[in-house]
Amino acid sequence: MSDAALTDHQESWFHRNQQAITPWLFLAPGVLFFAVYVIAPIFQSFNLSLYEWDGLGTAEFVGMRNYEDLYWEFVDRDAFYTSLKNNLIWLLAYLLAIPAGLFIALFLNQTVMGIRLYKSLFFFPFVISQVVVGLVFTWFYDPTFGLLNTMIGWVGLGPVNMLGDETLVTYGIILAGLWPQTAYCMILYLTGLNAVDPEQIEAGRLDGAKGWRMLWHVVLPQLRPATFIAFVVTIIGALRSFDLISIMTNGGPFGSSRVLAFYMFEVALSEYGFRMGYGAAIAVILFLIMLCFIAYFLWSMYREERGR
Amino acid sequence: MFPAPIEKQSAAVQRLYKSALPVALLMWLAPLLAVALFSIKPDADFTNANYWGLPSTFAGAENYGRVFFASDMPRYLMNSVLITVPTVIGAVALSCMTGFALGIYKFRGNLLIFFMFIAGNFVPFQILMVPVRDLTLELGLYNTKTGLILFHVAFQTGFCTLFMRNFIRALPYELIEAARVEGVAEWRIFWYVVLPLMKPAIAALSVLIFTFIWNDYFWAVVLTQGVESQPVTAGITSFNAQYRAAYHLMSAGSIVAALPPVLIFFLMQRHFIAGLTLGAVK
Repeated sequence: MSDAALTDHQESWFHRNQQAITPWLFLAPGVLFFAVYVIAPIFQSFNLSLYEWDGLGTAEFVGMRNYEDLYWEFVDRDAFYTSLKNNLIWLLAYLLAIPAGLFIALFLNQTVMGIRLYKSLFFFPFVISQVVVGLVFTWFYDPTFGLLNTMIGWVGLGPVNMLGDETLVTYGIILAGLWPQTAYCMILYLTGLNAVDPEQIEAGRLDGAKGWRMLWHVVLPQLRPATFIAFVVTIIGALRSFDLISIMTNGGPFGSSRVLAFYMFEVALSEYGFRMGYGAAIAVILFLIMLCFIAYFLWSMYREERGR
Repeated sequence: MFPAPIEKQSAAVQRLYKSALPVALLMWLAPLLAVALFSIKPDADFTNANYWGLPSTFAGAENYGRVFFASDMPRYLMNSVLITVPTVIGAVALSCMTGFALGIYKFRGNLLIFFMFIAGNFVPFQILMVPVRDLTLELGLYNTKTGLILFHVAFQTGFCTLFMRNFIRALPYELIEAARVEGVAEWRIFWYVVLPLMKPAIAALSVLIFTFIWNDYFWAVVLTQGVESQPVTAGITSFNAQYRAAYHLMSAGSIVAALPPVLIFFLMQRHFIAGLTLGAVK
């Protein structure tokens, strides 16, 4: 077979299989990047959690010891216990963003003059970086001049040192986090409300449904897609909480506002030393918690894909 | 429409609603307005404990001037731009391709790869932290903007692929079939048929990713240190350390750091919200 015939044959082979090859060519760069920077590191972290490593020298295999240490920290109500407990509080309290966002969306879902501008301004906190939100709320809570204490001073209360009090600090930070998160849920619901079927509302009205009953039986079922996304982003946001804690309290006072994401960073990359293996073990625990939710989200999406 | 339109209510209720709106907004934005007020106050107001009164003199120009001309803030801002813009371009370009492949073609493993992108997108950052930092160190890119950009592009590709794939799925498939009947090569279909239709998705995604990356703090702290490569979110902490207790300057600095995404949001609002609420409506 001559060279010309060979290339001709190859060309036609490519031509014939074009539809089978093209998707892989298009996928290659994206998948490669994602595999190297996201997928592989997950497995590397799992592996690393079985070692003791300071980030520079040689790693020493210690088996499950990092996890045993975490277990004892849990039993002794130490840093790991506090972090886990705070993560749970974050998870539950953060969900308040969903009803709060729905409430504001219902409040703003009118057509008066300038309502568009109001909607954008209510959405404002979400656009600002969490670092700035953290700073803003740190000053808001400040015991000497903060707006919060000035305001509760008017009714004769306070002063409260929100971020200096071990029992209050986590709630104070969560409140700061709820601010942008509520804005996000609000915009999801505003979009959802826009698409609510007016005929069903009218039918509901004819049947005598009003207010809460209308909301619960007619409107909320139609807002399901918005609620699902609100759940996804809120849960992921709650478990990812790091920026606010780092900016507002740096885990304090006395480590009482730590969460797993922050504790992991502290253990692996801070002045207390570089305990990479131990940090990886904490990250694995956080990952496994998140995996329950990820699995649920994916399962929901899979059912939807099948349903198409 | 739900709740019932306010125009159908009595005049008193309408008046009440219209006056409740600005009050609610003021309360909602109070923490931010406080910072804006701080940023135009002179130093003396803080030493005299005049925290909440009107500024004794307008010092906005001076405060913001110090932020722009007497601190590292402009460099941090520049770093942020140099990190954010290439990331947006990279992630959007990659995801146009992956989205096209996953949205148009039926092949074995399609859904699996798609779900891999989604799942990766939800993963906690901490499980990636040590290996990604190591990889960046090994590549000699630690404390460089390039190192940060490469990671951001890779990670954002997950979310962008989800977005692009669903967008392309909603396009009329007949267009592609018609092009194939005409004998148009597959890559030409991508370039001349699909890509022009993706403009709204590209716009929405660019605005969103810009905001996400501009506001990133965690990876900035993990992968960079120092004024030569840190973006403004990380820079603001060193800025604050420099001006500890100078609340007027810290406020001005924070506002400057927060401003670019806010501007983008107001200029491209429609795209931004379209991107953020994708999937919120069936």
